[in-house]
Amino acid sequence: MNRLLSAVLGVVIAFLAWKFIDWALLHAVWQPDSKACRAAQGACWGFIAEKHRFILFGTYPYEQHWRPALASILLLLLWALSAWRMFWRWWLVLLWLAGLSVIGILMWGGVLGLPYVENQRWGGLILTLLLSSFGIALAFPLSILLALGRRSDLPVIQALCVGFIELIRGVPLISILFMASVMLPLFLPAGVSIDKLLRAQIALILFAAAYLAEVVRGGLQALPKEQYEAADALGLTYWQKTGTVILPQALRIAVPPLVNTIIGFFKDTSLVVIIGLFDLLQTIKVSLQDPAWSGYGVEAYLFAALVYFAFCFAMSLYSRRLERR
Amino acid sequence: MLGVAWYLVSNTLANLEARRIASGFAFLWREAGFEIGEAPFQRYSAADTYLKALAVGLANTFKVSLAGIVLTTVLGAAIGLFLVSANRLLKAVSRAYVEFMRNVPLLVQLFFWYALITETLPPPPQALQPLPGVFLSNRGIFFPLPGSAPVLEGFNFSGGLAITPEFAALLVGLVTYTAAFIAEIVRAGVLSVSRGQREAAYALGLTRALAMRHVVLPQALRVIVPPLTSQYLNLTKNSSLAVAIGYPDLVSIANTIINQTGQAIEGIAIIMAVYLTISLSISAFMNWYNARLK
Repeated sequence: MNRLLSAVLGVVIAFLAWKFIDWALLHAVWQPDSKACRAAQGACWGFIAEKHRFILFGTYPYEQHWRPALASILLLLLWALSAWRMFWRWWLVLLWLAGLSVIGILMWGGVLGLPYVENQRWGGLILTLLLSSFGIALAFPLSILLALGRRSDLPVIQALCVGFIELIRGVPLISILFMASVMLPLFLPAGVSIDKLLRAQIALILFAAAYLAEVVRGGLQALPKEQYEAADALGLTYWQKTGTVILPQALRIAVPPLVNTIIGFFKDTSLVVIIGLFDLLQTIKVSLQDPAWSGYGVEAYLFAALVYFAFCFAMSLYSRRLERR
Repeated sequence: MLGVAWYLVSNTLANLEARRIASGFAFLWREAGFEIGEAPFQRYSAADTYLKALAVGLANTFKVSLAGIVLTTVLGAAIGLFLVSANRLLKAVSRAYVEFMRNVPLLVQLFFWYALITETLPPPPQALQPLPGVFLSNRGIFFPLPGSAPVLEGFNFSGGLAITPEFAALLVGLVTYTAAFIAEIVRAGVLSVSRGQREAAYALGLTRALAMRHVVLPQALRVIVPPLTSQYLNLTKNSSLAVAIGYPDLVSIANTIINQTGQAIEGIAIIMAVYLTISLSISAFMNWYNARLK
């Protein structure tokens, strides 16, 4: 029975795999040649070859593409460093602040001989990385405050934190993004305006903070009661206790679920497409509107899926390794 | 705190006045003036009110969510059981499925399915016919109903049960994506039942399948149901991504209304109120269920 199942399943998988390889590799066109693509039986990877600069960097000035490229590498380095247990110290915060400032200078320019590039022209993969990195970096401290507030003895603070967390978690992200893109401008005094990218970033930060707060709260709850009592017995104030005894331990417990939440958030940043920001997915979508290259949506979105998969799968392998310890 | 709130409210009022945007919900009774691609369980035309349009959007949200919940439960449970199956090939394939689905954004998957349907299926005159009376085309999928078979008229089919490409892509995307998460929940539930239970069942002479059905699953259900309900909630919230591929759900109708009337605050308040109601009712149900189990 078991052997028969394996055999049938094996044949089906082999057939599907052969079909896919035939389409994706054997009969595929790899050169950026739209005529060859129209004639071909297989996939048109030439589309990606033709549009790769736009997909990666959006409308950032062509001769300046090394700047977002370098910024992406710096961001990935920051993340890689943060993954190491030996770097889980308070000065990691300073490192992030320094890193993000350097990336800001690189992207905006206007100093050190770099031409100024307004953030309407940022786009592509770097925008996806920036939205998620700034989102997590700013949401994380906020989420700690929210989680502490939710466990606070002060009823007003507790009610505010619970209300905020449950409101954000109860509605779809897209409604929060709509709120940021159409409602936020109404709240501001006349003459003041915040640009679209910043508004979306604020929405993403608030969204991430609510979800991260629940994970941090899990860590706080998992900490044995004796730790709180011992800290109280030493006569520490609330902030001394929280900063030196509770948080360092609770956050360590919470790292694997935190990584999972970060994966979810990284995927969710793709929703900014709906409010028209030029992230990775949007640059791919826009590339498809070129009449010479329309009709290759299947190839284009498979490519998008592979890029997202590479990042998310790496993070989930990491989180699983942490859990196994 | 009150000062900040007052500051925001006064700014908003000033801005609304400056932009000549009305406030309040009176617009709901005005004529909508736009057509909606699909309106289940009711008749709708552009001459109907905004309120009616929102009702159609809500019906579409419920339609795709309910169908999605039923199908994803079946698919997710099957893959979850494959993940703990004795067949190594089956196990490996389901593991690969779960890993791939969970690590690619749902929106990318929706765009992929939509592109697959609209770009690779032929136009209605050359529609594929996998079964007699069933037609697959880039304008939708058509099934025969008793007394009404789909017939090609001009450039599209009429009659029968029509599934639009938007609905099909959204449903397939939601079902296959959520199933990966449900499969992991089912797997964890099955593994949470202690080995002794299964061994005792085998000792009683039950086969693997019977032991699973009568001994393991009933006990695993206690662990499975709470996270399962939150997956149902996620699926319902994720159905709002419909707006990206043009399926007329609540969010996409509300978005159209916001663009037409400029009444963003009211429009977003309606979306949030509906979703909060859904999620609070689901968590109320979960609390009731957990209390009953104890």
